[in-house]
Amino acid sequence: MTELTELGVARIRDGVKAGDFTALEVAEAFNANVAAAQEALNAFIVATPEKAIEAAKATDAKRAAGEELGKMGGVPIGMKDLFATFDVQTTAASHILEGFRPQYESTVSQNLWNAGAGMLGKLNLDQFAMGSSNETSYFGNVISPWRKAGSNAPLAPGGSSGGSSAAIAARLCPAATGTDTGGSIRQPAAFTGTTGIKPTYGRCSRWGVVAFASSLDQAGPMAKDTRDCAIMLEAMAGFDPKDATSLDLPVPNWEALLSADLSGKTVGIPREYRMDGMDAEIVALWDQGVAWLKDAGAKVVDISLPHTKYALPTYYIIAPAEASSNLARYDGVRYGLRDLPEGANLQDMYAATRAAGFGPEVKRRILIGTYVLSAGFYDAYYTQAQKVRTLISQDFAKAFEQCDVILAPTTPTAAFALGENVDDPLSMYLNDVFSVPASLAGLPAMSVPAGLSKDGLPLGLQIIGKAFDEQGVLNAGLALEQRAQFTAKPEKWW
Amino acid sequence: MSNYRIQGATGEWEVVIGLEVHAQVTSQAKLFSGAATAFGAEPNTQVALIDAAMPGMLPVPNKECIRQAVRTGMAINAQINKYSRFDRKNYFYADLPQGYQISQLYHPIVGEGSLTIEADAKAGIPEDKVIGIERIHVEQDAGKLMHDQHPTMSYVDLNRVGVALMEIVSRPDMTSPAEAGAYLSKLRTILRYVGSCDGNMDQGSMRADVNVSVRKAGEPLGTRTETKNVNSVRFVMQAIEHEAMRQVDVLESGGQIVQETRLFDPNSGTTRSMRSKEDAHDYRYFPDPDLLPLILEDDFLEDCRASLPELPDAKKARYENELGLSAYNASVLTADVDTARWFERLLAETAKASGKAPAEVSKQAANWLISELFGALNKLGTSLEESPVTPEKGGDLLALIAKGTISGSAAKQVLEIMLETGDDAETIVEREGLKQESDTGAIEAEVDKILAANEDKVAQYKDGKVALFGFFVGQTMKAMKGKGNPQVVNEILKTKLG
Repeated sequence: MTELTELGVARIRDGVKAGDFTALEVAEAFNANVAAAQEALNAFIVATPEKAIEAAKATDAKRAAGEELGKMGGVPIGMKDLFATFDVQTTAASHILEGFRPQYESTVSQNLWNAGAGMLGKLNLDQFAMGSSNETSYFGNVISPWRKAGSNAPLAPGGSSGGSSAAIAARLCPAATGTDTGGSIRQPAAFTGTTGIKPTYGRCSRWGVVAFASSLDQAGPMAKDTRDCAIMLEAMAGFDPKDATSLDLPVPNWEALLSADLSGKTVGIPREYRMDGMDAEIVALWDQGVAWLKDAGAKVVDISLPHTKYALPTYYIIAPAEASSNLARYDGVRYGLRDLPEGANLQDMYAATRAAGFGPEVKRRILIGTYVLSAGFYDAYYTQAQKVRTLISQDFAKAFEQCDVILAPTTPTAAFALGENVDDPLSMYLNDVFSVPASLAGLPAMSVPAGLSKDGLPLGLQIIGKAFDEQGVLNAGLALEQRAQFTAKPEKWW
Repeated sequence: MSNYRIQGATGEWEVVIGLEVHAQVTSQAKLFSGAATAFGAEPNTQVALIDAAMPGMLPVPNKECIRQAVRTGMAINAQINKYSRFDRKNYFYADLPQGYQISQLYHPIVGEGSLTIEADAKAGIPEDKVIGIERIHVEQDAGKLMHDQHPTMSYVDLNRVGVALMEIVSRPDMTSPAEAGAYLSKLRTILRYVGSCDGNMDQGSMRADVNVSVRKAGEPLGTRTETKNVNSVRFVMQAIEHEAMRQVDVLESGGQIVQETRLFDPNSGTTRSMRSKEDAHDYRYFPDPDLLPLILEDDFLEDCRASLPELPDAKKARYENELGLSAYNASVLTADVDTARWFERLLAETAKASGKAPAEVSKQAANWLISELFGALNKLGTSLEESPVTPEKGGDLLALIAKGTISGSAAKQVLEIMLETGDDAETIVEREGLKQESDTGAIEAEVDKILAANEDKVAQYKDGKVALFGFFVGQTMKAMKGKGNPQVVNEILKTKLG
């Protein structure tokens, strides 16, 4: 039975359909892994084995009845605890939402259930998706299943989708949902040797996803490989009239159109991403990626994204500004935590509730966001940041006149140890330096595991594509994946 | 410029007034949610997930609310902005679940427009005056706190949360309480014509924030105060009067006006300070990232324009020019859309029943509606809306007069009975025997009898005592029990008396 948990989305789907094994067997196998790893890895906030079993039985019954099984038929997945799931606690890894059981289901999760997927549980994350290491979760940090060679020091699985990345790497689920605001799918994927794609902004509905920064938040799949991501993204995406920013476009058949042949395609290499003092391993991996894509038939050109250095400061104005407003609803009045000290008035209740309910990183970002939006500072910060954001988008638009996709590292380093950056928010924020520009421009971007560091830790390469061209991104990702032959997996210590 | 001045100890002061009117958009659903908007529902029964600001819920604009705002803009000849945007106004309060109100600060949907208030000498408005309207934007309403449900806690009713409001911002073009009252009434009239707001001020569908400042003639604008949520035309006028006086008193006693938000107390007719600029909120407005800019297509705008009804100014002009009504009557009949509609049905029914052109019966219909029916309904303490006499029944009655079947005085009697019983005019006329005699032969016979019986008076008349004519008319009518057609009686008498 353990082999079943080695399988990815495509092989589970196909195996269930072919009758090689039942969906129930798959669900039970993963449920067992989830339970066994919980104490050591803390990847899940809530496990829902019964949900996985229920969905698996439904798939098996459909198969018995000769019905269609759906794109994700028989595949149990992990659900990032940022997606509202009906009557199942949804917390965004915060104390303020502890115990909150939505009486609604997010569009993306509903799409997945409709496609035949089942839920193994709600995955841990950085609180309100704010963080790059999973250390801001109220429910304790996720421990990466990876360890540096010769060290038992616990490593960060990346963030904010760190529960998702750790769970896939540790074979607790074949795939999981992630959300990406400034790199929260791609960075944890890179840290754990998994694959993740953030589609074009608007591909996946934000309805029912706890908001961090509305103009940046975008859901996407995380899985073992490119094909699995393509399958799962097809199931997740689609126009949703309940989200005014949703793209009213048909969902392409990404899986069917996968091709690692890049003949006739041009790959751009952004010179501004080559930064002073960059990790030599990362530079070498990037060069290797260039060679692989050439080998796949692509032409490679140097491109310029001149406003790259402004991306991180721009992001850390816009995202907190939106967050400061989006998180105002957690006030203790209607749901979630209420801290009502003896004799408190309304203002006292707000203060006590929010002081107790939000963690330090969330508070920090609310304060930054409140500051940049306040009278007298708005133009200098927010308006200016929006202008720079436009320039960054224009950089990409110009670059895409010369190339079809862009190749860059996903992160400046391999996974760091837990606690390493926790007292230094700026160096933590630097983790997003390569992932943030595509988020600001709303472009599809993907991380593919491409190699190991000298310490034996996974490193990822990033493909950034044109708006709506997830296919181009997936195809380039597939070309890298086939050449990188990344088969490493963490040694089981938990 | 009105001649309204405040007489202070140091001389005359002018008053400058601007109004921000919040008008609830008539729509089945809220601005960004599908929840219902009916007035007076049980607390928290008209609340969608987004109204309660549940995590992950998103706003989607309700096209009908947008359409109503655009139509309203068109009705005040305003610039319609094909590009507009929603902004968040951030503040914490228990009646505001999201922690922000979605509004339009930077790019409102409707730009510069205006409306005209009519001259009203009695009210001190010497001539028609154009009042500028700076903008209309759409925004969400907030909920309601209930403080009387629990000894130490307040309860929240979210029914109103997210209901669409139009904020209609005037220029500071008004200079007297009467002008402000006229502006508010006219705006209400237009909104009700367009159907974009029901104008029910007592239900809070329409309320005004009143900006007032005072200055000496020729001086620059003074510091203004804003009196919030005043909910009737009369209260707006009272609030201005009181606030202007108060400001003059403050200035004349050496004080300064503080820019502040004030509250109006309807019981005392006074205003009091709510909060000053120093503790004003910093609303941290920024574009709502959940919503794309609102782009209005030409087709949509054309549909909006095509759906506009005849507006009050145009209707009034038509009543005067085409129907020959007096300016006063035209004004009375067009002041409210329901009255105008009622009148137009009455006119059509009267024309149909009497076989005459509308223009031939319009004055009769207008006079009857204004001086007979309004008076009668007033006495009964009821309104046109609830009138037991429908336009159809009224038209039948008027046709009976037009055809000479009944006299004007009989018509009054018929109306009274109609109001009591709800019966139609013809039935009443038959039953009560009120039909007037227009048959020349029958009248001649009566006249002959009267003349024969009063030979002395006939002689006096012929000698020049023409005032006796009235005596003969009276006698004839009396003999005919009031049913003789007075016109015919007159004619026959004139002929017979030479």
